[in-house]
Amino acid sequence: MQQYFHSVKLDENKCKGCTNCIKRCPTEAIRVRDGRALIIEERCIDCGECIRICPNQAKLAITDSLERLKNYKYTIALPAPSLYAQFEPKTNPEEILGALLTLGFNDIYEVAVGAEAVSMALNNYLQQDHPKPLISSACPAVVRLMQVRFPGLLKHIVSIETPMEISARLAREKAIQQYGLKDEEIGVFFITPCPAKVTAIKQPFGEKSYVNGAISMSTIYGELLHRLNSPDTRPVESLSGACGVGWGKAGGENHAIWCNSHLAVDGIHSVINVLEEIERGRLNDIDYLEAQACTGGCIGGPLVPQNLFVARVRMEKLVKKLSSQKTKPLQLPKDPDYFRLTKPILPRPTLKLSEDIDQAISMLEEVERITEDLPGLDCGSCGSPSCRALAEDIVRGHAETAFCIFKLRERLQLLAQEMVNLSLKQPPAMGRAREVEIKEGDTR
Amino acid sequence: MQFEFNIEGMNFTRAGEAAAKIKKALQLVGMEVETVRKALIVAYEAELNIVIHAYHGKLTAEVNSDRVEIKAEDKGPGIPDINLAMKEGYSTAPPNIREMGFGAGMGLPNIERCSDKLEITSEVNQGTQLLATIYNRTSGEK
Ligand code: SF4
Ligand code: SF4
Repeated sequence: MQQYFHSVKLDENKCKGCTNCIKRCPTEAIRVRDGRALIIEERCIDCGECIRICPNQAKLAITDSLERLKNYKYTIALPAPSLYAQFEPKTNPEEILGALLTLGFNDIYEVAVGAEAVSMALNNYLQQDHPKPLISSACPAVVRLMQVRFPGLLKHIVSIETPMEISARLAREKAIQQYGLKDEEIGVFFITPCPAKVTAIKQPFGEKSYVNGAISMSTIYGELLHRLNSPDTRPVESLSGACGVGWGKAGGENHAIWCNSHLAVDGIHSVINVLEEIERGRLNDIDYLEAQACTGGCIGGPLVPQNLFVARVRMEKLVKKLSSQKTKPLQLPKDPDYFRLTKPILPRPTLKLSEDIDQAISMLEEVERITEDLPGLDCGSCGSPSCRALAEDIVRGHAETAFCIFKLRERLQLLAQEMVNLSLKQPPAMGRAREVEIKEGDTR
Repeated sequence: MQFEFNIEGMNFTRAGEAAAKIKKALQLVGMEVETVRKALIVAYEAELNIVIHAYHGKLTAEVNSDRVEIKAEDKGPGIPDINLAMKEGYSTAPPNIREMGFGAGMGLPNIERCSDKLEITSEVNQGTQLLATIYNRTSGEK
């Protein structure tokens, strides 16, 4: 199996093997072995659910540090729209961008601007004939979820790049034009709300990514707050309109595009429910589905510092304020090919028991037999998310029946019984000798 | 190998469970993406038909490397005119069921569209049997 890059990693020293994360993972990608969580790499979709649930902060996201800016002659920050919702309402985007610039970037390009361009491209795309409902490509965790669990629906995903990629490309082109820089001299850094975007940069869905790195929103938050209060920070003009900024929260994308009927779903487990419905052939009366892995959308990302509900109110206020303002003229590409994904999104069939189908069928029979025999409590003590998953792990050769504490106890009981039985038995030689002794004693 | 599920009439909360389990099994076996998609739709529609129209029934999935066979047998009112029932949009589901978004008369046509072979027999006031076959063709060809 091909090696995948993952942003989500485990801090071995912090993990207690408590099994909280294995239950929550939407692709059953985590096991606890030897008292530590273990991520099955090819199944992980980097959604960050385990980062959220872990009570010991043992799951973390690998992101880039500001140190990496030094590797480039010219650096550009790409703030995700969700960043604006992390600050108090009195702090406007101009000030936030100014603070960001003081962290060492040469320029800023707002992802909200890219989102506006993508909204136009989407409107265009929706005019053409496609399988229904079309599914948004914006959340990489959802796209990866579909590769693993819903490969039959991949053809529903719009073949359009994400606002992050489009912004990065626009930012690069601008820098090349303005300053005559070479492509490799420019470092573009996304200010990310989630690990899924980091993975999407290192392992893009298209031919390549225009982004060089990702900096976690929560890591630089403290510094940003600090800079906001500094007298040296000067506001930077914000070009974002309401429609682009709205992409930062659930429902915002649908708001920005025009179609007859759309549906917005957020939270990975709700997304799964809706995808299941589509897979059964339902919901084809809907034109467009906006699906986001995080509850609330990107403002609820695993790497955002602010509470989701607080962020949501702030976001709504900002969008309202922006929509009452005159929109600033933007020069955005019109050519549909500019936005196209350059590669098809292919399935990642990671569930298969075996490459050989007949062998897989007999293995499945074995899984059924073992599942039947397990207690069905799904307690997770075995380190697998459910009894059924343990059965699959056993058949794949990654676990043993004795991992189940109930099965282990059953075996111990049998063993104990056997020991009792054995202890009652006497060696034949010795037994007879004593018998004789006793008899002899009696007669005496 | 074979999977069997008992389906209760009118139990909408559990509708779809059997189909979901069949899908998971087919993915574990490594069936083609299209085979899984079609088998899931056939199983789901057949399961729903039992829930909506019958008193109770049984759904069986027989998995072979080259095909999936889905059988649905129910005890119920049966179908008086199968040809009519195969028409898109024709439904005998009562209004309360339609209000729930089910029984739009797409069940049997969907099953037909997704199966390579389909046999339906029915006896009024007894029940209905359905046998759908989906071949596991390598992707690309029809
Ligand atoms: S939730 Fe997972 S990663 Fe966190 S301590 Fe428990 S087992 Fe370890
Ligand atoms: S909803 Fe947004 S923050 Fe959450 S995983 Fe998707 S892209 Fe990342």
